[in-house]
Amino acid sequence: MPERIELSVNGRALSVPWGTTVAAAVALAGETRFRRSVHGDARGPLCGMGICFECRVTINGEPHARSCLILCADGMEVRTDE
Amino acid sequence: MNSARLSFDLVVVGAGPGGLAAASVAAERGGSVALLDNSPWLGGQIWRGEQARSAVPLARQWIERFLASGARAVMQASVFASPDRGVLLAETPAARLTVRFKKLILATGARELFLPFPGWTLPGVVGPGGLQAMVKAGWPVAGRRVVVAGSGPLLVAVADGLRRYGARIPLIAEQAPQLRLARFAAGLWRYPDKLAQAVAMKARLLGIPYRAGVWLRRAEGGERVERVVLTDGRRSWTVECDLLACGWNLVPNTELPRLLGCALASGFVRVDEFQRSSVEGVFCVGELTGIAGADAALVQGQIAGLAAVGETEAAREWFAERSRWHRFGAALTRAFALRPELRQLAKRETVVCRCEDVSREAVERCRDAREAKLHTRCGMGPCQGRICGAATQFLFGWESDSIRPPVFPVRMESLLTASEHPKPVSNLSDPTS
Repeated sequence: MPERIELSVNGRALSVPWGTTVAAAVALAGETRFRRSVHGDARGPLCGMGICFECRVTINGEPHARSCLILCADGMEVRTDE
Repeated sequence: MNSARLSFDLVVVGAGPGGLAAASVAAERGGSVALLDNSPWLGGQIWRGEQARSAVPLARQWIERFLASGARAVMQASVFASPDRGVLLAETPAARLTVRFKKLILATGARELFLPFPGWTLPGVVGPGGLQAMVKAGWPVAGRRVVVAGSGPLLVAVADGLRRYGARIPLIAEQAPQLRLARFAAGLWRYPDKLAQAVAMKARLLGIPYRAGVWLRRAEGGERVERVVLTDGRRSWTVECDLLACGWNLVPNTELPRLLGCALASGFVRVDEFQRSSVEGVFCVGELTGIAGADAALVQGQIAGLAAVGETEAAREWFAERSRWHRFGAALTRAFALRPELRQLAKRETVVCRCEDVSREAVERCRDAREAKLHTRCGMGPCQGRICGAATQFLFGWESDSIRPPVFPVRMESLLTASEHPKPVSNLSDPTS
């Protein structure tokens, strides 16, 4: 397994240790708004364990991924606020 | 997408202490055993991260025992339906699974109880256990100010953990009154391990203000939480912060046992002395059967694992130990019972259902969870009422609405697998469209 994982968050390149979740990578990239609610409010992770669905982001074009349950992988493209 | 059919004598769902113990003891006695979990890690929420770099000796011991037991781990598998007796459907990022079992042990654990209050939807308001889990997976907290609030022994453990990752903790606010906590602490001599943990934790927490009988009134901020307003019932004050970790004890993840038809009593799965539920061949262990912590789950897991492979006499040997932890769980529940003031935190306009942005005002006009669902969409979003259902149960005393598969939103391809079974899994969608 590689020591570091290279990915991008909203187009910004990021290097994280292996074992980092996508949610943590988004926070490391300085983003606080993971998604917008039905009424357009900013939201971020609440439960941290895959239950609340507040941490949803788009990964490699696939929307609604629960970022707190998914580990970063090389070349991953993560987008928030979609 | 790949699909796979698996078949085992015993399937265990949930890789926390209860599931690890159940799968280990059963596999050690022969027979094929599989352990399914929706995360990539063994250990569940309480031992999250312990598989990679162990700090808890008990966690290391059980993870190693499990790995040597011959049981098979199926990770990142979310169970979403059971179309037939003896069959579970699950999906992983790569595949849909049809898992057959003769016996089933459910150890799906608990989640944190989140209560609505003004500002609880701001980014940066996170569950304490959730934040701890995310920090172990790389979430940055070094130098950040984290107010820890709500209720339960988890608050102190989380504050201790966060500080080791460099967070600053301006305050731990525990809603339970000081007197009840003092009584609880006075009874801890019966549980020497717990007492030692509590004493060690207290020493390490030196310098962190801990206030009992204090609770949140609201969180404030623009695009994220910037400060919280706390009260002791007489006066209120503001504390600046970067994150708010707040949760009010635990609620069991009963979706899967309910889907299978297991009978509940007072919100928990009813089990007999061998951890058998009301459904033939289905056992439940851990927080599903009552909030009592990891020690109770380990003992219950062993009892269920042994009973599932017919070793009832060996299972009996754990009964006394289990009674001890049940008493501990009961004392815990009494000490951290929630104060009625918390029902008034949410204002009329406060969002109760976060998935669908439904306000308290809208929800409160309904008579029960079902009516709220039909009229306001409360509980209709992707969390399927897991967050708002527990909240409305506490706020209005509503029982959760009936459960239908899929118990988790799943990919369309996975629903197609479900539709291959004779009984319709859902009327949500036409699989041929």
